[in-house]
Amino acid sequence: MEKKISLPLTDEMISSLHAGDMVYLTGTVYSARDAAHKRMIETLEEGKELPFDIRFQTVYYLGPTPAREGQVIGSAGPTTSSRMDKYTPKLLDLGMKGMIGKGKRSPEVISSMIKNHGIYFAAVGGAGALLSRQIKKSKVIAYEDLGTEAIREMYVEDFPVIVVIDSEGNNLYQR
Amino acid sequence: MRELDVRQIADAVRDMCIKINYELSEDMQSALKKAAETEKGELGRQILGILEQNLEIAADDSIPICQDTGMAVVFLEVGQDVHFTGGSIEDAVNDGVARGYTEGYLRKSVVRDPLDRVNTKDNTPAVIHYSIVPGDQVRITLAPKGFGSENMSKVFMLKPADGAEGVLEAVVGAVREAGPNACPPVVVGVGIGGTFEKCALLAKKALTRPVGSSSDKPHIAALEKEALARINELDIGPAGLGGTTTALAVNMETYPTHIAGLPVGVNICCHVNRHIQTTI
Repeated sequence: MEKKISLPLTDEMISSLHAGDMVYLTGTVYSARDAAHKRMIETLEEGKELPFDIRFQTVYYLGPTPAREGQVIGSAGPTTSSRMDKYTPKLLDLGMKGMIGKGKRSPEVISSMIKNHGIYFAAVGGAGALLSRQIKKSKVIAYEDLGTEAIREMYVEDFPVIVVIDSEGNNLYQR
Repeated sequence: MRELDVRQIADAVRDMCIKINYELSEDMQSALKKAAETEKGELGRQILGILEQNLEIAADDSIPICQDTGMAVVFLEVGQDVHFTGGSIEDAVNDGVARGYTEGYLRKSVVRDPLDRVNTKDNTPAVIHYSIVPGDQVRITLAPKGFGSENMSKVFMLKPADGAEGVLEAVVGAVREAGPNACPPVVVGVGIGGTFEKCALLAKKALTRPVGSSSDKPHIAALEKEALARINELDIGPAGLGGTTTALAVNMETYPTHIAGLPVGVNICCHVNRHIQTTI
């Protein structure tokens, strides 16, 4: 089924989405990958706040190539999600709702998604040039020193993803 | 003895880094096109269509095919009658990589230390494999390697009694375990024989052999064919969403080995299998 979704996600939207749905996302997403996740968790452990309000937000596992002059962003496809698994349950507990990446998730992440009513989308890996066209704005909002691994606030339009694991734990990779 | 200024090597490496991250080699382009025609699953065909479109957009908009523009792996086959001048060959290769990745708007994906993980900010150093060959020329093969698939690669120290069937099980098993993580359809490089490190190196080298070519050893060519057929029955498919195209090719390279061993390296590469070669 094809659906259009405006971000941020709501619990109603998440309930209406099922593993296998093709979804076009419009709205704000935040990029974060390995190093940004590590730092976010360290920040929390120090008792400090995350650099953005993660409640109901969608995080895109992405480290783009640099933009040329006149471009919003460079190549911008998903990275492998499982490397974020160690950090993900904590972020879901804090209210993060959506994740965009590629590949399998751990049983711990899936049970945390069920508990926290989260959803996991996959974008097509290795289609970074095509996906970059759907990113209309991008700005680094934290951890600039991490280069490609900095946190970016991005506005996407009709960004194509597939629901791989829904909030009930149905998993498209396990057919 | 032929004198060769290392700056020529640096310039060639720079140009190759940029070219191959924006435009796949002919063999990969035609393999993807062919896959789109033969894929039996509807979703699989749709994904392969997206990948073809992605290649067109990369070329038209000057955007790298994939954001993971890789760690630069360089095979340098140096003629024994070459005398390098103008500095160190290793510095020259790294200078070429640094300029290529900076001037080509490619991602800097290399950290200086595997544990402290500080980015070197110019994608150096490269991983360089040297070999000395007859003649007075230098052949450079560049293969920028993405790590989604590199992380799913494996070395197996099989027993001689495991034989060809053991090799097939190892190769198919590695691809099954990689599943959607390695960005299928993948290309599988396999190194059989040698030692622990030799089989891994052969597997990497196998990825640089044109997709669609076969081993010149008939029993290995048959093994490549059988491995590809079994992998494409796994129903992992494009993007891991199901289909008959899980791998585009299985390339195998072999080397003599010890009476007690059967080492097998399996180096998996995503559908953005970049390899480019030039001779100076």
